[in-house]
Parts: sequence; C-alpha cells; structure tokens
Amino acid sequence: MTVLDVSHVTKIYNVRGAGQIRALDDVSFTLRSGQTIGLVGQSGSGKSTIAKILTQLETPTTGEVLLDGKPVPRRGRGLREYRQRLRMVFQDPFASLNPYHSIGYHIERPLRLDGVVPAAEIDAEVRRLLERVRLTPDAVIDRRPHELSGGQRQRVAIARALASRPSLLVADEPVSMLDVSIRLGVLNLLADLQREEGLGVLYITHDLATARHFSDEIIVLNQGLIVERGSADDVILRPQDPYTKELRAASPDPEKHFASASGILGGAQ
Amino acid sequence: MTDSLLTVRDFSVVYDVDPPVDAVTHVSLDLRRGEILGLAGESGCGKTTLAYGVQRLLKAPAVITGGSVTFHDASGEDIDVNALDAEQMRRFRWDKISMVFQGAMNALNPVATIGAQLEDVFEIHRPGLSRRQRRSEVAELLEIVKVGAQRSRSFPHELSGGMRQRVMIAMALALRPQLMVMDEPTTALDVLVQREILKQISQLRHEFGFSVIFITHDLPLLLEISDRIAIMRDGEIVELDTAENIWTRPQDEYTRTLLSSFPRLTGEKGMVAR
Repeated sequence: MTVLDVSHVTKIYNVRGAGQIRALDDVSFTLRSGQTIGLVGQSGSGKSTIAKILTQLETPTTGEVLLDGKPVPRRGRGLREYRQRLRMVFQDPFASLNPYHSIGYHIERPLRLDGVVPAAEIDAEVRRLLERVRLTPDAVIDRRPHELSGGQRQRVAIARALASRPSLLVADEPVSMLDVSIRLGVLNLLADLQREEGLGVLYITHDLATARHFSDEIIVLNQGLIVERGSADDVILRPQDPYTKELRAASPDPEKHFASASGILGGAQ
Repeated sequence: MTDSLLTVRDFSVVYDVDPPVDAVTHVSLDLRRGEILGLAGESGCGKTTLAYGVQRLLKAPAVITGGSVTFHDASGEDIDVNALDAEQMRRFRWDKISMVFQGAMNALNPVATIGAQLEDVFEIHRPGLSRRQRRSEVAELLEIVKVGAQRSRSFPHELSGGMRQRVMIAMALALRPQLMVMDEPTTALDVLVQREILKQISQLRHEFGFSVIFITHDLPLLLEISDRIAIMRDGEIVELDTAENIWTRPQDEYTRTLLSSFPRLTGEKGMVAR
C-alpha cells in the first residue's frame, strides 16, 4: 500500500540578492508501507527541504504530497491527524528531548494529546513502548534525558515517534550524532520496528554506507534534482550518475583503501 | 624521520567526583615526528581526555594523577610538559602544539572577521611582528588552506562549514607547530567536504612536517587517514598498530568488535538485520 506519494514537488526560495533558489525541482517518488527509502545527497542538495515539506514547516511552490492517499491539510483537525500519521526522528537526541521532563513524560504526552489509548491504559502503553525500543521501563521511566546515553536517548525519541502509531517515520540523520559502535544497534531497531509494524521509513542521510544497509531503495538528490534512484545495492555498488560516483568515492571505504597500494588519499601513508 | 616527538609514560587522569572516575589509566605511547596517529574508541573511553591532558588543557574536576609527558622539540631540547609554569605553558601552547576543534561554528568569534582572529594569534605569540607583517602572514595562511586571502574580511557566518573548518586549520598552522591535535575535525561536514579537508590535512602534513593526533569515533575514516591507530577502551590503549595491521590483523578482541560494528560501503551486507 502506498503511504506517501510525492508528485512533481518544486520548492523555490526567494533569496535577497541571490534571486530565486530552486531547492527542489520536480521531485516525485512514492513510498509503500514496510518500505525504507534512503534519501541521500550532500548539504544543500534539498533532502532537508523534503523533510520540511513533509512536516508542514514549508509548503511546496508547486506539486502535491499525499499521505495515505489524502492531500496534506493546511490547518485544523485534519492537520493534527496528519501529524499523527507522520512522525519525525531528529538528528540530535540531546536537543530533541526536553531536559526538564522525565522520559516517561516524553512518551506519555503524545499518547494523551492524540488520545491513542484510554487514559487508564496510558501507563501500561508507555511501558510497552519503552520495551518496544529495547529499554527497561523501570530503569529509565523516571530519569531525565541527561542521565541517559546518546543511544538510549535516540531510542526514547523513537518510542515517542511510535506512540501515536504513525504510518510513516521520517528519520533525518537519526544516527549521525551517535557513536559508530552503537549506530548499528539503533538502525537494527528501526529495521525491526518497521518490519513488525509495517511502517514506511524515509531515511535522510549523507552516509552512503548506512543508507545502503538500511534502505530498500535509494534516491540521490543533487541541487534539488533526483539524479539517480534504484535498489540500494545498484545505486551504491554500481552508480551510474557522475554525482553518485563522486559521493561514493568520497565516502570512507577501508576495503578499497587497503586493496589499492596508493590509497584513496593518494599517498597518505 | 622516525624519531619521537612526544613521549607519554604511565599517564593517568582521574575525574575527582564522587565516586572518582579513572578516565585515563597508565597510558604510554610514543608519537613519531610527522606521523598521523589516530585515537579511536567509543564516547567516554578517554580519547579526548588523553589528547587534552598531554597539553594540560584539562580543567577541574580532572586531575592528572601520574605519569610524564615529554616533548622533544625540533631544537633538540626535551621539554617536560608537566614541569612548565603558567607563563611557559602559555608560550608552549599553540607554538609547539595547536588544536583544531570540532565545531568551527562555535570555535570562531561571530562578531570578528576571520582575518582579525588570525591576526590575534600573531599579536599574542609573535609580538615583534609589525601590523603589516601580521597581515601578510594571515593572507599567506588563507592562501595555504585555499580559502583565499580576499576572504580575510569575511565574518564566520559568511563562510560555508567547510571554509570555516579550513580557517580553523589555518589558525592551528599559524605558528608552524610541531604537533596538531584534531578533535573530530570533519564530523559536522558532509562527505564531499570531509574528503577535501582530509586531503588538505594530509598534504599540509607532508609540506610542513607536523605530527597529528586525530581523534574520532569514525573508524572507517581513521583507517584511511592515519599512519598508526591507538584503540582506547575504559581509559587504556588496548591496541596500537599501523592502520593496515589494525584493519587486516587486529589482535585485541575489542578492536575486532569495533571493526565489525560499522556498515561497510562495498563489503558484505547483512550488518543490519533486515
């Protein structure tokens, strides 16, 4: 089932002194439930503009976005429902959790606001969600964000995103602030949840290695244009577009580095 | 040149909180002249504490509880870093060892031009220079890091992230130090810009002959840029070897765990259980 349908979206910013900037140029793609699409590109490629349009922080200049077949409402009750169906996981788990509130409060709030479960069941639902993200409820529920590690915090952010039972998760660099050694754990968790709950995931990143492992399909953006799309392995292992090739050559790749005598840095040794 | 630039012996740092935390315990290492030494490990393993500790940049509650740090100056003099008084330390820092910090956005003063900030380095450390000489030094530095001398009147917010990080490198290079400590210098940048900066560090290192201590948790990146890599865990160096040996013949169990924990760009898939 198609969860997200982005069709011919163009976003133009009027920048004083610089005229018009085409942040997105006729971008179209669809995302099915249970599917992960990796959106890759460097800074300024337009990937975050897509996230902003999906979360209603920006509106497209032309084009349309459909979620579960319905257009994005501009205001009112419809908008609220839209936001229950589409949830974000942000890059920085230090900034996205409120330092004054307990972990339990963070999960409880969307449950209350969106009325997902009856009031009497909220406590049980908070514990269930924390368990879903492999946290021990008793160990974290009364703690504040600063008492948790970065990886734990990001799990809390994921639990919060899942609370309103969305059909689409937009994850904007969800692991780039985390240690390399715990990134896999968080990505594995997202992959499990996605499979079990049939979630659609839009994974926005500039890290080709995780995009390849975590996505079914990869879309490469350059200056607002989709320059390449295809299965994850096709795009990363057999890139066709010059820009994709450039991105791939710039990504650290120890296998290739130690296989060639001179190394990618051209004689760094 | 394979002689030592920095000799660290039995170095320990404790965070004097309740209960005390052993951040760095009995670390010994020899940094060679002109090499890039990578320091890798998870958050909290002590890599930053070690790199800051050898230049006595730690503040309370961190306490250096033991060990010695000897800097073998190019002049032939051996400097016992722990024995320097405050004024000697002030002269030593930046002149012999400089730093490139992670967040160039936060490390630069937003209300001063980058030229003025670079000139500050010379005003403090080379008081004999005339204003004109300072300006020409700054112009030269900006050319070396390929920002361009004409940008000296720009404010930090007028430069891209990559350019700002180049300005930080120019600042670290200003006094031609023998050692640069780089703390996650490219973590905030995207891969294309990151690659350019790494190339530049590598070239400058060959041109000026300084050593680098490169701190990051990004092991794939470290494997490419480093000559040798020290893997740290719980305040100790568990393995120190050439980058190639770390990659092809890791000896320590923990090194193997770290190596297997990042997804490969081109290698076997299946790291993420999908």
